[in-house]
Amino acid sequence: MNTNGAPEPQLDDLYRELILDHYRHPRNKGHLDGSNAHAEGFNPLCGDEIELDLEVEHGIVQRMTFLGRGCSISQASASMMTEAVKGQSVAEARHLAESFRRLMTEPEAGVDPELGDLEAFQGVAKFPVRVKCATLAWRVLEDGLNEANSNHDETNEVKE
Amino acid sequence: MIDVEAVRKDFPLISHRQVHGVPLVYFDNAATTQKPRAVIDALVNYYETSNANIHRGVHKLAEEATAAYEESRAKVARHIKSPNGGHSVVFTRNTTESINLVANAWGRANLNPGDEIVLTVMEHHSNIIPWQLIARERGAKIRYVDIDDEGRLRRDEIESFIGPKTKLVSMVQASNVLGINPVREVAEMAHRYGALMLVDGAQAVPNMPVDVGDLGCDFYAFSGHKMAGPTGIGVLWARPEILEAMDPFLGGGEMISRVTLDGSTWNDIPWKFEAGTPNIADGIVLGAAVDYMQGLGMAEVREHEKSITDYAMKSLSAVPGVTIYGPPSAEERVGVVAFNYGDIHPHDLSQVLDQHGIAIRAGHHCAQPLMRRLDCVATARASFFVYNTRAEVDTFINALEDAGRYFEDTGLLPGTGAVGATEKMA
Repeated sequence: MNTNGAPEPQLDDLYRELILDHYRHPRNKGHLDGSNAHAEGFNPLCGDEIELDLEVEHGIVQRMTFLGRGCSISQASASMMTEAVKGQSVAEARHLAESFRRLMTEPEAGVDPELGDLEAFQGVAKFPVRVKCATLAWRVLEDGLNEANSNHDETNEVKE
Repeated sequence: MIDVEAVRKDFPLISHRQVHGVPLVYFDNAATTQKPRAVIDALVNYYETSNANIHRGVHKLAEEATAAYEESRAKVARHIKSPNGGHSVVFTRNTTESINLVANAWGRANLNPGDEIVLTVMEHHSNIIPWQLIARERGAKIRYVDIDDEGRLRRDEIESFIGPKTKLVSMVQASNVLGINPVREVAEMAHRYGALMLVDGAQAVPNMPVDVGDLGCDFYAFSGHKMAGPTGIGVLWARPEILEAMDPFLGGGEMISRVTLDGSTWNDIPWKFEAGTPNIADGIVLGAAVDYMQGLGMAEVREHEKSITDYAMKSLSAVPGVTIYGPPSAEERVGVVAFNYGDIHPHDLSQVLDQHGIAIRAGHHCAQPLMRRLDCVATARASFFVYNTRAEVDTFINALEDAGRYFEDTGLLPGTGAVGATEKMA
């Protein structure tokens, strides 16, 4: 028990099997040929790095890949995010990002069922210093979606 | 020899604190050290018995507080063997502020376009950013001395970089990641070309005897909180003639002699550089920390830490998959061992060690250029102080092996397969 009477968080809450699996075998890792948006982010406190390549067409995230270096939580989060977001509309992707942020910062509010496997990150909220590791990829995604959006606007302007 | 068991009793947090139900093993001393009872008592005692503003009140309390603050300055001066006593000792907030003071007050007046500042790739951000800011403003150029494969400064680069264009050389005496640098020789080289030498002593003063006169440097910066003292108080030592010639850094009360609406004249050194009400309490308490360290004896402190560091390096080397950064012998280090364990990220490692009550540092150690040079994102770091024991190192190694078992199926350890294969996505 810690000072506020809550049970001590256990390592297995943090390092769920699914998270370690994605860390060991990252999905969608690499550069993406034919991407139309790119974003990168950096966690200056610990040095985690994430880059995203996105292909957004007709308001749908058709494909997305990531590159990065950092701890298991940051890299597994990016890997699982690419799977969760692929095929989603930009609006759905933004909704997922918001739900994930709430999972980290307001764990008492419960898990949005839309998050699916991403619920594996629920335990990270018990380790406050690691929350930034988990949310880094999602912050970069928001930048990537904004860039895809503005690139789309520019393309339309040229057409007009 | 230091009586470690007696020393441990001096530090309430070290002797009593438990983390996750087990006794704390505190190996993050290069970040900040714990405080002995004498230091904690000195802080409480000051506020309970002598709190007053200093240097102006004509009453008993002000007189006591002023005397205690100036006595502390004299103790600090003796601690680093200042040839000019307290005259040369400016109180700042920390090492960072001390270096910023020099960059602003000396750099702005003395750096010109084309001038060069020589730093090293192993500097803490606090000895890089102030120079980048002032170099950009003044059109000066910064050159960074590289390290060799064992993490020592490259002597050939030091010799070739320091030349007629050099105005200042600034480097750590002891790195917070690697080892100890030959600052006395470098100061001689700098002086041959009329350049000044600043030494960042943040990791040296807590862990080894320091003699600023013998080093032959012009500026020496360090912090109180890494040497058993309080946070919020640091020191800039400088040769008095340089301090005399420098303009103030911050303006305000305390640092003036005569103020008129048209202009002002400055107080004598060192007070010229201490604008506003200073951190009186922590300044006084720093004197108590100096007393404590002097009571142990800095040569004894150095021997103790060398012995612990040597033991830790040997124990770590025996764990398959551990990479230690920096020079191979404890002789060339203060109590700092930066390492990585297979491909387990230092954050993940630190998280497992924390469950065993062990506090180490994981990250870039405010030395991002060095991390890039070492070709890693981050390292783990164990750093030792006067109260650490070999038994604690054993606990640490056991926990490290436990972390190895925890991550052994992940392919992060040698011989268990590669991680993070990168593929080109079509």
